[in-house]
Amino acid sequence: MIDQAFVNLNSTLLGALPEVLRPWAAGLVKIGVIAGLAPLIMMYLTWFERKVIARMQNRLGPDRVGIYGLKQPLADGLKMLMKEDIVPEGADKLMHTLAPLVALIPALLLFLVLPFGRNMAPLDLNIGVLYTLAVGSIGSYAVFMGGWASRSKFPVMGAMRTVAQIVSYEIPGALAVITVIMVTGTMSLVSIVEAQSQWWFVLTPWGFIGAIIFFLSGVAEVNRTPFDMPEAESELVGGFHTEYSGMKFALWYMAEFLESFAVCALTVTLFLGGWQGPAIPFWVLAAVLVIIMAMAKRLPIVAKVMGIGALVALSVVSFGEAIPSWLWFFTKTYSLMFVMVWFRGTFPRLRVDQLMGFAWKFLLPLTLVNIVIAGIWVAMPSVVGVLLDVVIALVSLVVLVKLNQPASLEKRTYTFAE
Amino acid sequence: MTGFGVLRGMGITLRQFIGTYRFGKWFLKLIGLDEGSGITTVAYPEVKQKHAENFRYFPFLVYDESPEDMRCVACKICEQECPPQCIHITMEKDEKGAPTKKFGRTYPAQFDIDVSICMSCRICVDVCPFDAIEMDNDYEVADYGRGPEMNFNRDKLLKSAEYFGKIKPTEHAEVEARLEPKRAKAKAAAAAAAAKAAEAAKPAEDKPADEDPSDAGSDKGDAS
Repeated sequence: MIDQAFVNLNSTLLGALPEVLRPWAAGLVKIGVIAGLAPLIMMYLTWFERKVIARMQNRLGPDRVGIYGLKQPLADGLKMLMKEDIVPEGADKLMHTLAPLVALIPALLLFLVLPFGRNMAPLDLNIGVLYTLAVGSIGSYAVFMGGWASRSKFPVMGAMRTVAQIVSYEIPGALAVITVIMVTGTMSLVSIVEAQSQWWFVLTPWGFIGAIIFFLSGVAEVNRTPFDMPEAESELVGGFHTEYSGMKFALWYMAEFLESFAVCALTVTLFLGGWQGPAIPFWVLAAVLVIIMAMAKRLPIVAKVMGIGALVALSVVSFGEAIPSWLWFFTKTYSLMFVMVWFRGTFPRLRVDQLMGFAWKFLLPLTLVNIVIAGIWVAMPSVVGVLLDVVIALVSLVVLVKLNQPASLEKRTYTFAE
Repeated sequence: MTGFGVLRGMGITLRQFIGTYRFGKWFLKLIGLDEGSGITTVAYPEVKQKHAENFRYFPFLVYDESPEDMRCVACKICEQECPPQCIHITMEKDEKGAPTKKFGRTYPAQFDIDVSICMSCRICVDVCPFDAIEMDNDYEVADYGRGPEMNFNRDKLLKSAEYFGKIKPTEHAEVEARLEPKRAKAKAAAAAAAAKAAEAAKPAEDKPADEDPSDAGSDKGDAS
């Protein structure tokens, strides 16, 4: 019942409308949900990132505005809205204004094909995978537009780095997805999720390698640490958005966060089983949440009572049901977001040549090998095939690591010095 | 092996992350891992960091029993020694220009320290021969202006010796040890003066004739 709650609500609401309006209303509801959900997701991703990174650095993170700093994103948004919007002298005004929008709209469009839960994909495109790859790469145009239109050195340098990086990392990313298409024989994201009802693809040899490669290329494509060359703040001030201020700057950030969310969601959909999950009863989760809420120190009593009451009521109403599919989807996606933040908390930025070398000399050959592995998986569905897969994967990994070893110079001996 | 350094690094950040939660700390202890540093910052206005006893911030004037009984005698040494010149003192005087006394001492009518100029160097404390000025450790002196709001006057600067003993016990003990003989002396002098006054109040017919020569004689004898 909770699983299909939103679907049922939607159909009930639509059923109340006259026949003529229904297709239009259905479209509007989807647009409304995505347009409303996306800023909310983005705002709380910033909060999430700041909190997690703070904990990793032994700090508390934002905790001044609201309980646990939960109103911080609202305060930030308000601040951004009130700031002066500066366009540099000599900048291309139209392009400068257009660039953040061009970045934001594809990021929103990515949400169109994501299956958020069982029967909860806004649109089941039969070329869903191709669509996400195509729409996702429009972002690089926006970044270059913004960088170029700013008429400033740092943005241009940041933008050039971005284009080089995105073009490089798109190739391993797309080739990693090919394995999924090979095995499932479909490009529809909904069908791909349904194909994982037995085993999540990440548990197969090709899926494991593919998931890691796809996720890493995704991290690089959305310019996040350790691949954040385009905005390398220690080198390029702010990279492509150096000359942006106020709400336009916020739009850049919104695009970046939505794209990171989309990358995580795509990785989940393609390799981590999407909205599928083990059939754990909902009341188990509710019980865990109730315990956490009861233990929380700074939560006000009213919120505690209301939250616990709602959870208990929900688990009573839906007794015996499994954890809803959309909850699985969001949990997995946010776990991957946590991994992204974890990367940011751990790794220093790569050098440009290391970045390019990683894409072209390590990930690309590995994806090609991975396609072979997936082919063997499909052609030889037996223990021998699996063993062959594992052997090929390990051997190619070792060989690639050896080949990518930086040249170590021989130790120099100074004959005359001794 | 290649790549394992990356994983080890991620392990360290994850351990620090988990270690900032109560449960996490307990869990890490349970599986025998180092707990990490925990939260090292404090939520300032609610929680205050403990500072060392010798932490100092802006001087204050010390009084012993009552605010009237201040140790300061308005000698102006600190005013002259103050490197940024933030102290301003005026001695209390009567109409004729002679210093008025309270508790047998001169005292300042006005004692201002501009805390927006003060650099908390402690030189005034070091030069004060009467231990009348000491360093405070109250750092919450922010205000909405930098004119009169930052110019602390005598009444605002006066704090009891008891307070000083509370914030800096060690230094307070030292100062007390230094002041004790002086106080005893002053007490003795006061007692002597009182006795003298009492004697002076006695019938004054025969006394002066008796005492004066003998006193002078004994003084001379001591000196020679």
